[in-house]
Amino acid sequence: MTLSKIFKNTLLVLTACLVLSACATKKEITTGIDGSMQGDVYTGTDTVKYLADGVPDRVFFATNESILTTASRETLRAQAAWLRKNPSINVVLEGHADERGTREYNLALGERRANAAKDYLMTYGISSDRISVLSYGKERPVDSGSNPLSWSKNRRSVTVKAN
Amino acid sequence: MIKKFIALFLILIPINSFALIEVDITRGNLDPLPIAVSPLSIDEKSRKSFEKALKKENIGEEISSIVENNLKTSGLFNPLSKEAFLQAPDIANLKPRFEDWNLIKAQALITGKVNYVDDKLRVEFRLWDVLAAKEMMALAFTTVPSNWRRVGHIISDKVYERLTGEKGYFDTRIIYVAEEGPKTQRIKKLAIMDQDGFNNKFLTLGNELVLTPRFNPTSQMVTYLSYFKNLPRVYLLDIETGTQEVVGDFPGMTFAPRFSPEGKKIIMSFAKDGKSDIYTMDLENRIVERITNHPSIDTSPSYSPDGKYITFNSDRSGYQQIYIMKSNGSDVKRISFGNGLYGTPVWSPRGDLIAFTKLHKGKFYIGVMRTDGSGERLLTENYYQEAPSWSPNGRVLIFYRETKTDNKGEGFTAKLWSIDLTGYNERQIKTPTDASDPSWSSLLSN
Repeated sequence: MTLSKIFKNTLLVLTACLVLSACATKKEITTGIDGSMQGDVYTGTDTVKYLADGVPDRVFFATNESILTTASRETLRAQAAWLRKNPSINVVLEGHADERGTREYNLALGERRANAAKDYLMTYGISSDRISVLSYGKERPVDSGSNPLSWSKNRRSVTVKAN
Repeated sequence: MIKKFIALFLILIPINSFALIEVDITRGNLDPLPIAVSPLSIDEKSRKSFEKALKKENIGEEISSIVENNLKTSGLFNPLSKEAFLQAPDIANLKPRFEDWNLIKAQALITGKVNYVDDKLRVEFRLWDVLAAKEMMALAFTTVPSNWRRVGHIISDKVYERLTGEKGYFDTRIIYVAEEGPKTQRIKKLAIMDQDGFNNKFLTLGNELVLTPRFNPTSQMVTYLSYFKNLPRVYLLDIETGTQEVVGDFPGMTFAPRFSPEGKKIIMSFAKDGKSDIYTMDLENRIVERITNHPSIDTSPSYSPDGKYITFNSDRSGYQQIYIMKSNGSDVKRISFGNGLYGTPVWSPRGDLIAFTKLHKGKFYIGVMRTDGSGERLLTENYYQEAPSWSPNGRVLIFYRETKTDNKGEGFTAKLWSIDLTGYNERQIKTPTDASDPSWSSLLSN
């Protein structure tokens, strides 16, 4: 009986640990530059290039995530609208990860991020034949720094004209 | 290069079975065995012939210093200073005066000689137990002179094996990725070198990104990831001929390749629609088999040495963890349960352990666990390091580590490091450029 009690307690402790560590990975990171990060997703514009006037070329992701944020969805809707107006243009979605992961997993993660962006473009009417996907994992950062802000700029999917 | 060495033959192995000196390699060795490596003696005529052929003034001394360096870096031996040696190399090789070697506290002694015979290099060497005043081993072999560094490695392997009871790992090579340039535009090339960092050779020019090279069991083929024409695919390279080919015909990125233990298959990940699954391709009949089928990322597969199981990395639980399964993909079991994320599992050549990279609270660890996930042991902690690869005897791990070179975190250097399974004897392996993704070959001679 005492044994089962111990087990129960251990379980409780374990669950508590799990909850805590889950929280730890999602904690808010504040940076010195105002408004350029939300959670750990980059929201600034200093690395962003433009596909066309008013259409940013990239979207950013949280650590280990491939979920599109509200801002990302807005960017992709603008990209989709522009692509609909320019039906002869095809694109490559280049998926990237930050340096804080193992190389092979990050290759897969970059592919997953680029595909999240691709799926969204497709729901806004862009045919899958016009979109190819290329993952660079952590091999091609835009920012060579080793701090949360640099990493958040590097976790990205960039839409590049293919032709 | 391996074929050239068939001329190797062994003579007279009078090994007596009573207990002589022994080195225990299962524990961290804080008291390495004092060993005297007497320079291989050489007659004047042979010395001149080798000087002409190899541009080395005294090839006997050169080979001895290779042996000395190997034994020292293993952490198990303490080669004594040659200045203290009382007996001349040629006389010591005939019959050591054990009192003299005892006096400088040597417990083991290596002697030998080199000859130039019919344009070949002939070596003989002996290992002596100084305290018991007995010969433990005597070997001789002949090879082409240009193999002189390998001669030093083979002697080291024989001595290591005789004194520890396990095969050595000195006559081996490392394939790795040589790196140059800023982080945002890193140039990467495949490179190969001897285990001690000598004979470095670049295998690609750096025109395209290359990653994660791994040897096949005979160490003549390499599988790796190349971004040739911006199509990331698994490639197969024959080191001798330089021929390369794409592995399989996949409509998307293939990555994380390794050979099966007998070298017949390549196991790798194929990424499609945001999912990565594990596939194999048979190199003889080109048949592709799907091993996992899951909406998660499944990657970094590595076979058990008997080929019956596969360990791999998956985030099917939400985050990166280590799993094992049967080689047909059935009986998937998660084995990593500690705090943090786990990646890059690699099965030990001895079969009993899996080495991995662990990420926890902003640190990277290289560690090992048993194949059921028990007995997790972290060997080394650092800001960033990953990708362990086993020495062929399963006693040492090589990996790579990035170190920041300024406090802003902008400058960095990537180097290869090795550490004993015991957690002791961590050391950097010298490379001409920055380096990553090392893979250790099998023993080239046996």
